[in-house]
Amino acid sequence: MKRGKFLKFVSRNGELFIFSLPAIIYIFIMSYVPMFGVIIAFKNYVYDKGILGSEWVGFKNFKFLFESENAYRITRNTVLYNLGYMFMTTVFSLAVAILLHEVAKKWLKIYQTAMILPFFLSWVVVSYITMAFLDHQNGFLNGWLEGIGLDRVQWYFKANVWPYILNAVHLWKAIGFSALVYFAGILGIDAELYEAAKIDGAKRWQMITNVTLPQLTPLIIILLIMSIGNMFRGDFGLHYFIPNNNGMTYATTDIIDTYIYRALSELGDVSMASAVGLYQSVVGLVLVVAANYTVRKINEENSLF
Amino acid sequence: MPANSMPAKSMPAKTTTAKSTTAKKSSFKWSTLIIHLIFILITLSMLVPLALVIIVSLTDENSILHHGYRMIPDKFSFAAYEYFFKSPDAILRAYGVTIFVAVVGTVLSLILTASMGYTLSRRDYGLVRPTSFYVFFTMLFGGGLVPFYILVTQYLHLKDTIWALIVPGMLSPFYVLIMKGFMSKIPFEIIESAKVEGAREWRIFAQLILPLSKPSLATLGLFIMFNYWNEWFNALLFIDNERLVPLQLLLVRTMNSLDFITSRPEFALVMSNFNLANFPKTAAKFAIAIMSAGPMLLVFPFFQRFFVKGLTVGAIKG
Repeated sequence: MKRGKFLKFVSRNGELFIFSLPAIIYIFIMSYVPMFGVIIAFKNYVYDKGILGSEWVGFKNFKFLFESENAYRITRNTVLYNLGYMFMTTVFSLAVAILLHEVAKKWLKIYQTAMILPFFLSWVVVSYITMAFLDHQNGFLNGWLEGIGLDRVQWYFKANVWPYILNAVHLWKAIGFSALVYFAGILGIDAELYEAAKIDGAKRWQMITNVTLPQLTPLIIILLIMSIGNMFRGDFGLHYFIPNNNGMTYATTDIIDTYIYRALSELGDVSMASAVGLYQSVVGLVLVVAANYTVRKINEENSLF
Repeated sequence: MPANSMPAKSMPAKTTTAKSTTAKKSSFKWSTLIIHLIFILITLSMLVPLALVIIVSLTDENSILHHGYRMIPDKFSFAAYEYFFKSPDAILRAYGVTIFVAVVGTVLSLILTASMGYTLSRRDYGLVRPTSFYVFFTMLFGGGLVPFYILVTQYLHLKDTIWALIVPGMLSPFYVLIMKGFMSKIPFEIIESAKVEGAREWRIFAQLILPLSKPSLATLGLFIMFNYWNEWFNALLFIDNERLVPLQLLLVRTMNSLDFITSRPEFALVMSNFNLANFPKTAAKFAIAIMSAGPMLLVFPFFQRFFVKGLTVGAIKG
């Protein structure tokens, strides 16, 4: 009987399972296998001995990390930057998406194309653009400052300006895509809802607050939960190339990801880099689960899982 | 309510719409003007930086030395581009690597994304929930950079092969989510009726679902292709072989000096009859940046019409 049930299940779902099999195998190798690699964080990794052959050192790598001031600095930077990016991108791209909805189709296309253009540039190219503005000798910004009688600024050596610069650059690159995702969400809203609101005499602003925003809430929340999960994961390209990987500004630009990369490529400290990576992954997971739990408490419908 | 904001909305309320439009005509004009002004500002802030970089790449080197970058330089010059066209080997090879990676990677990636997205979009599939969890859990937790690096170099042995640029980016759970969101909106009756007529799954997928998913495939295909085109991180990690340097890595290495590009054997010949003092060092950097970004920026407006239709993020829950 049980066997028969199983066979029926296989015959009903087998073909679809085969469809998903390539992706399942790929994900297993590229995502799940590295998860076992986190044990490197508890070892003194030596290339010749391999992962299993290297000697266990317990929490030594973590102790070393948290005893230095680096752990605090990179954690603070990563979290604060991500909060900033999350807040700015969500608010501005939602506003833009709602405004896009009010624009005639002909214009919509032009605005959309212009806005999403930066999204398609690599961080390296974007870093060239920022360099064109911030370069001490030749940059536009210093040229303009001089033009109005102010002093030139060594942007790449001043740590305190980078939070603003990085937030601006991030918004510039991200807003187009993010607004598009929200705009697609708005177009997916049932037209009858707007119809009904119109019959009830709703004005433009009321339609936005009573129809558009509530209907978009699930989408906003999914994207927010996912970015909370990434709160401990920073954008390596943004923080590595835009400030030019400059030691003078590490205090305000260094994030967990750039730190791991440097530990790995410049210091060659594999175990240490792995410990930071594990710290990053675990806290990220805890954050997502906590965020999801909170959302589920408030409104079951909107939670991610 | 302005009529243009909600096109193709139903007829029953026609009379009320007409009334409210006339009643609010003056206020609607003002708000429309303001909205357009906002968008014009946004558009300018997106385009002007790009235009300025193009201008720098076309500025005469002496002009830069004396006055810095300018919106309207004293003297334009194509010297930076001429330099690369005289001995295009390095750039052409980088283009070759990048194009190969982008094309092959996009095809493989679309196959994986579409087949997984389709499986998850089928409400009648018995394993939707476990499979969803399996896929989307990777968005929440990962091994981190070090195990990934060791996997690729020590176990998959992809270091210094072109596959190191292709394999790591072949599947993004976020794109699966978008694909799934789009495919779930295809009426289930289509699949059911095909089944009744005796079509098997692969046929339903190939002949019904894929053609109907064109907007999503085009949008995601473009995004994936851009990711491959703009990829530098894996190249930074895994590529030492000069012959496998893609455009973006060329750009990374050129960032702080042009030594990399000028020290390459392909240039040795040129250098002998080339006056190094006149070499447009600054403009050349920006010229490579433009050349590396240019082709894709020319391509993407053609895919634009698919964007909105193709980008529907569905819920993760089944």
